[in-house]
Amino acid sequence: MGLQNYLVLSSVLFAIGLYGALTKRNTIVILMSIEIMLNAANVALVAFSRYITPTLLTGQVFAIFVIVVAAAEAAVGLAILISVYRNRKTIESDKIDLLKW
Amino acid sequence: MGLDIAFWVLAAVIVVAALAVVTLRNVFRAAISLILCFVGVAGIYITLSADFLAVIQVLVYVGGISVLILLAIFLTRDVPEGSQSNRLRLPAFLMASILLAIMVFSVMNTTFPVSSQKPIEQTTGALGQMILRDSGYILPLEIAGVLLLAAILGAIVMAREK
Repeated sequence: MGLQNYLVLSSVLFAIGLYGALTKRNTIVILMSIEIMLNAANVALVAFSRYITPTLLTGQVFAIFVIVVAAAEAAVGLAILISVYRNRKTIESDKIDLLKW
Repeated sequence: MGLDIAFWVLAAVIVVAALAVVTLRNVFRAAISLILCFVGVAGIYITLSADFLAVIQVLVYVGGISVLILLAIFLTRDVPEGSQSNRLRLPAFLMASILLAIMVFSVMNTTFPVSSQKPIEQTTGALGQMILRDSGYILPLEIAGVLLLAAILGAIVMAREK
């Protein structure tokens, strides 16, 4: 099992997440796609850590920090969505246009 | 050999689950397949001998973020309308495919300096040493703590009833 298999898997996962984040109307599904992209980045980091510097673990430390930021992002993003739903009764991304002139 | 089979099975599960997330109309089912995708990524970490990260993945993603997403779906009640696509569908598909082709091409045509050393068997202690030792990652760790505190306070303020 080589490094390249893991990197290709990570690329496929990232492309799927990008497609979802660009095309979906429901903002919760957009957040889910962003989580898929963050997971793809983590897979690449851990694969590099395993195959290029197996005893240093730098990539795994980076992956831990990515997970921390992803958790914070999910909490704040979903809180914003709930607040928006309470005020506008919708979470469709093209109907939340309060800031659009 | 066993690792090869595990990798291919997990990769197939992850890709199918991720595709289900972006194609299923029912938001709740999409969230369930997202959980399956997270579990598969935890398995991928195990095949990369990153045991601590696999446990963290299960705890934080499968246990935490998934519950958060499911609760948000329950609280917003947009399930009957489903997750429809906007007009960007074809351009976004083309862009994602081109990006994927470029990334696969560059990965396949790069020679990486792959090390032949054995990976560390149990990474938990080594990761702790790595983060907490002198000239380690103590400052990013403190900043991560402040970030989590700010995120929790922000989430409470945002979601609170007026």
